[in-house]
Amino acid sequence: MPSLPGARSGSASDVTAQSALTPAAPPHPVAVGIEGWGWRHGSRRAWALREVDLRIEPGERVLLLGASGSGKSTLVRAIAGVLGADEGESEGSIRLGGAIPSAARGRAGLVLQDPDSQVVLARVGDEVAFGCENLGVPREQIWHRVREALELVGLDVPLDRSTSALSGGQKQRLALAAVVAMRPGLIILDEPTANLDPDGVMQVRDAVARVVEQTGATLVVVEHRVAAWEPVVDRVIVLADGGVVADGAPEAVLRDRGEELADSGVWVPGHRATWPPRATRPRGSVLVSTDDLVVARVPGRPIAEISHLEVTEGAATAITGPNGAGKSTLGLTLAGLIPPASGMVVPSSALADGQRGHPHQWPSRALLTRLGMVFQDPEHQLLARTVRGELEVGPRALGLAESEIAARVEELLHRLRLDRLAEANPYTLSGGEKRRLTVAAALATRPRVLVLDEPTFGQDARTWAELVALLARVREEGSAVVTITHDLEVADALDADRFVLGGSS
Amino acid sequence: MIDIQTAAPSRVARLNPVAKLLAIVVLTVPLVLTLDAVSAGMALAIELALFPFAGLGWRQFWRRTWIVWLLAPLTGVTIALYGQASGHIYAEWFVVRVSEGSLTLALATMLRVLAIALPSVVLFATVDPTDLADGLAQVLRLPARFVLGGLAGLRMVGLFVDDWRALELARRSRGVADRGRIRRFLGMAFALLVLSIRRGTKLAVAMEARGFGAPGPRTWARESRFGMAEWLLVLLGATIAAVAVTAAVLAGSWNFILGPS
Repeated sequence: MPSLPGARSGSASDVTAQSALTPAAPPHPVAVGIEGWGWRHGSRRAWALREVDLRIEPGERVLLLGASGSGKSTLVRAIAGVLGADEGESEGSIRLGGAIPSAARGRAGLVLQDPDSQVVLARVGDEVAFGCENLGVPREQIWHRVREALELVGLDVPLDRSTSALSGGQKQRLALAAVVAMRPGLIILDEPTANLDPDGVMQVRDAVARVVEQTGATLVVVEHRVAAWEPVVDRVIVLADGGVVADGAPEAVLRDRGEELADSGVWVPGHRATWPPRATRPRGSVLVSTDDLVVARVPGRPIAEISHLEVTEGAATAITGPNGAGKSTLGLTLAGLIPPASGMVVPSSALADGQRGHPHQWPSRALLTRLGMVFQDPEHQLLARTVRGELEVGPRALGLAESEIAARVEELLHRLRLDRLAEANPYTLSGGEKRRLTVAAALATRPRVLVLDEPTFGQDARTWAELVALLARVREEGSAVVTITHDLEVADALDADRFVLGGSS
Repeated sequence: MIDIQTAAPSRVARLNPVAKLLAIVVLTVPLVLTLDAVSAGMALAIELALFPFAGLGWRQFWRRTWIVWLLAPLTGVTIALYGQASGHIYAEWFVVRVSEGSLTLALATMLRVLAIALPSVVLFATVDPTDLADGLAQVLRLPARFVLGGLAGLRMVGLFVDDWRALELARRSRGVADRGRIRRFLGMAFALLVLSIRRGTKLAVAMEARGFGAPGPRTWARESRFGMAEWLLVLLGATIAAVAVTAAVLAGSWNFILGPS
């Protein structure tokens, strides 16, 4: 096999001679036996899953589907042996080829959803070697395995490349390589592509297909996006109401259960998410435009030049473009949160409404009714201890009367189906609920321009449809909606003006 | 992310980080134990003669050490003005008293800061955290769980910086960034704590899923070597310390801070 360039001196070079050695025999695919298994989270009264009986044969490739909160992640974590006994209570049994998962370290490899929080080390080669080290693989074999694994997932970068310099898709392939190098008989992927752009999704999917093809390992993958994964799997299992509700060949399950799955939020091919009605309102005047704008996240390091961009009342604008093109930075600049590197963000006099200068010079309070922003990670903008409190933050900062605050909050709680959760702690909400909450919190002060950074990222089909409907309504009410997105369907569903940043030029 | 600046790997850069750590310890402990200008001055003079061989390059050297050059005289000036007065008093104004004693002490302190901080910065400029962790675990035999946990945690510091910035911008966008700076800071610190615990938990799961903490012996993919060159560096540190202490004792300025004064 071709060796990757850039191997570090010292340890890595010792290995060149060893590479000729035949690697140990590939691992045996592992069977998973689940009998009467159930799990109850420590803080909940109801069982998340109960009486689950499943047998996954060695070498099978399983897609695990279900609505958000149906217990998919819990189940795969239990299979991988990383569900701590202190996190809750379990019943029944899970066996990997006859052994208890926690005692069978290395037989199952797990790749998680968030590319950033599963990178352990600073260099690509070391990251892949980490699992082998933990399993006590002799040093002479480790570097051979590292190269082999990187080649298999198609990650052609030097071993000493910094892991933080990789894109999301590359990081997920790195995580996969790290698992592959451990030679597990079972590979488990928990929403490995939920946080990736369309290119990244395909890269990771293809890498996984290659890995299972070559190693014959059993595969269990949890994903919302069926179209991407259907070609790779030969069995689909559906979880709902605390147990298995469908199990069989992909075509059969999707034929019989497609409708129901789509309703529960799974992206099923042939079942398009509901689109909002088309725009009916005539477009209004321009609220914000840019003039020779250059944006920079870190002062002194410009990352994108914007020829000309106009944000119009009663219309949606979709900012698209590849990873790293500066979309988020443009969003933050438009929302008046960071100063431009050069050039200007020009507010119309209607938008400025008495504020002088450029949006980034306006006081924080002045932004509330003018430029709202919904960040990519909801947890960055949560401020209060309850959902209701979260919605009250903006109106209170504006100094509105208590009766007005209460009226606005009630209306939003109802409109975004958050009533039931009014007193819940925002951090305990599901991903989709958090997203709805942050959008609602921005809407509470009725900004004339609402900027959203990847509002539909990683959301299931149901949350997607809800968010898009909500944004369409904001647009119909006469605000301008600016959405930064990888998801071109959002742009279409909102009749948005497209603005493509970087890439093509 | 923390960007690890790897200079062109010189001989010194490639030395085991544990050797650098040990050399610094043997060099600085005797210097910390005395407060006199001769020992510190002697150590500093030898160090300055050796820095050109540290494989750092002048530009890098100044870029890394300018803060030390700035802070050391400032420390000296502070002590000259406010340090314990003794001997002849040269100037006096309010609480400021410049005396023979405070000037001697100021010089000794300034040289000491330079003699301790400069070699530390210069040697650690070329230390890669991963190599250090390898050395701590393989050479010093510190527990792997502890060393690797620390290493993984260090890698997350860069994420905290990004988080902090996002928290700041989000507060501005939510209309609460005009007033209450202290309260906002505390709120952000708490939010960062919550975020980092959540990240830490995820990272721990990812590590555990890769067999971290598995029973049975762990191997190390990168061998941490401690050979002749490493011993030489430690010996060099010890020699500088010995020369400095000898010079101070011969000059009669040795002033053991733990001993009877």
